[in-house]
Amino acid sequence: MNSVNDRSRDIGPFVPAPDDDMLICRCEEITKGEIRQAVHDGMWTITEIRRYLRAGMGLCQGQTCSRLVKGIVARELGVSPAEIEPATSRVPMRPIQMRVFANEAKED
Amino acid sequence: MKRYDLIIVGAGPSGLSAAIEAAKRGLEVVVFDENEKPGGQLFKQIHKFFGSKEHRAKTRGFVIGKQLLDEAAAAGVIVVLNATVIGLYQDKEVVVKIKDNIRHYKADAVVIATGAAENMVTFKGWTLPGVIGAGAAQTLMNLHGVLPGKKVLMLGSGNVGLVVSFQLLQCGCEVVALVDAAPRVGGYGVHAAKVARTGVPFYLSHTIVEAEGDEWVTGVTIAQIDDKFNFIEGTEKHFDVDTICLAVGLSPMSQLLKMAGAKMEDNPKKGGQVPVCDEYGRTSIPGVFVAGDVSGIEEASSAMIEGRMAGVVAAEYLGFIDTESMDTELKEMEKALDGLRQGMFAPKNRGKSIDKTEEGIDISVNLLKRGFVADDEIERYPGVTHKKGVHPVIECTQNIPCNPCQDACPKKCISIGSNITSLPIVVKDSECINCGMCVASCSGQAIFLVDEDCGDGTATVTLPYEFLPLPKEGEKGIALGRDGNEVCKAEVVSVKSAKAFDKTNLLTMRVPKEYAMKARFFKVSK
Repeated sequence: MNSVNDRSRDIGPFVPAPDDDMLICRCEEITKGEIRQAVHDGMWTITEIRRYLRAGMGLCQGQTCSRLVKGIVARELGVSPAEIEPATSRVPMRPIQMRVFANEAKED
Repeated sequence: MKRYDLIIVGAGPSGLSAAIEAAKRGLEVVVFDENEKPGGQLFKQIHKFFGSKEHRAKTRGFVIGKQLLDEAAAAGVIVVLNATVIGLYQDKEVVVKIKDNIRHYKADAVVIATGAAENMVTFKGWTLPGVIGAGAAQTLMNLHGVLPGKKVLMLGSGNVGLVVSFQLLQCGCEVVALVDAAPRVGGYGVHAAKVARTGVPFYLSHTIVEAEGDEWVTGVTIAQIDDKFNFIEGTEKHFDVDTICLAVGLSPMSQLLKMAGAKMEDNPKKGGQVPVCDEYGRTSIPGVFVAGDVSGIEEASSAMIEGRMAGVVAAEYLGFIDTESMDTELKEMEKALDGLRQGMFAPKNRGKSIDKTEEGIDISVNLLKRGFVADDEIERYPGVTHKKGVHPVIECTQNIPCNPCQDACPKKCISIGSNITSLPIVVKDSECINCGMCVASCSGQAIFLVDEDCGDGTATVTLPYEFLPLPKEGEKGIALGRDGNEVCKAEVVSVKSAKAFDKTNLLTMRVPKEYAMKARFFKVSK
């Protein structure tokens, strides 16, 4: 078990920081402080963070912030960003209107 | 469901190269790209590429893009634009959004060549309009003809930051500073030098404290950082800017591969999440291949070779060529790729601090810290020699894989030899005929033709000049040194533009002879 999954590990208390109000996920307007707090709430993987905060779930689908979020989570957990499991990739890869997504083309 | 032998995702340098090689061997190939124009980043690259002939060196990126598209068309490749691949399944079903429809395709083999996305860094005010990626600046300038801003600060001294800074200058923007948190310039010294000599100051070991402005960027403050990335108090500098460009690296866009179930790894050396693959782009899923930045951040020249490899490997996988001929072709390509991966900027040397050239000469400290080779450092390089009459002065001081200069001279004045990364030397007793081909052929704009003593107390310096409007014969101005500071008054003797120079103009200026080895740029007097 790597340290990211070892939930019994003590990561210390949440310590407020002066840049906690900085926006990280612009699409969903999630701040650095919210992401750090989420880690202390028990969200240790990117998938959990996404479900808990919606960071990286907006229009750009994390294209801009996923690396930043990963860095923040890793720092909070005291591990290397490379150890953090990235979010699940699934269809559709890009934001898409439901109208289009449901519009299967007829066979040519 | 329509079937293809090979579906390629991404019509950039690697995807197109893979398509060409595969189609030439008889595969029915389709390339999907989500953009409205093909070529990936190639059509934004207006500078001449490095490398040797086989890597299309000294050809400008957008011209290479056109060449690839022509070759792809000739080989029968179908390129579908505005086609976003939204899903890739393990059984090689590819789901594509085209216009308002979702279409499903089935391939016997797939090449993923989706490239990379720009990284961002955060600082106070980083979400203000006016903070943009360097790639976005390039898209605005070179694809859409829109000026990104008037006064720009560039963060990042890698090749992207350096090249885009130069392009901003070419567009008429003022680049107020080039800033990097690293203690050393990350990109090629020659790219840095051509920016520095126009007068752009470099701030290494500095980063952005804050982007200022209420509704958009109106200014920026930078400060020096210590080795733990903490700001050093009292080192703050403010600049009035309307644009902050971020050139802080790229991350592979590898989500399709992860989605398809390919084995992935997080490899900081390759830029992040990449598929585990062999040297020819075979992933853990049989028949799914990768090429270009998606499998590890490099640059366009190596991406093209990786693409060709993937195309050949896919052809063999489907039985269009036999294993033996594949091996022969791969060997050739491997050699070409290996050539590009040499020198002090080679992937294997990433993060290492190299203090001496392969020849054993000390690397210019000023080049690494301030972006230019200082006057007292330049004499130690083998391309810098002195003689009577016009002769080439080659200010190429780092081992990079590039050699067009040695073929450019009709009189064989310049030699690099068989080792592509060697520093060019001026061949002893060779006769320079002042044709200027070397000046125009140097992708790094590092070659000058100098007549150190014209006999009347003056000297002439011919330099590569890629700015508009072109100065006119007889125009008076200021000569700038390598560091971008004013050196002396200068007068334009001639400006030559020949087809063979490929839009690099040769500006010859007359300066007092004591400045022959110092004056390296011409600035028009206002």
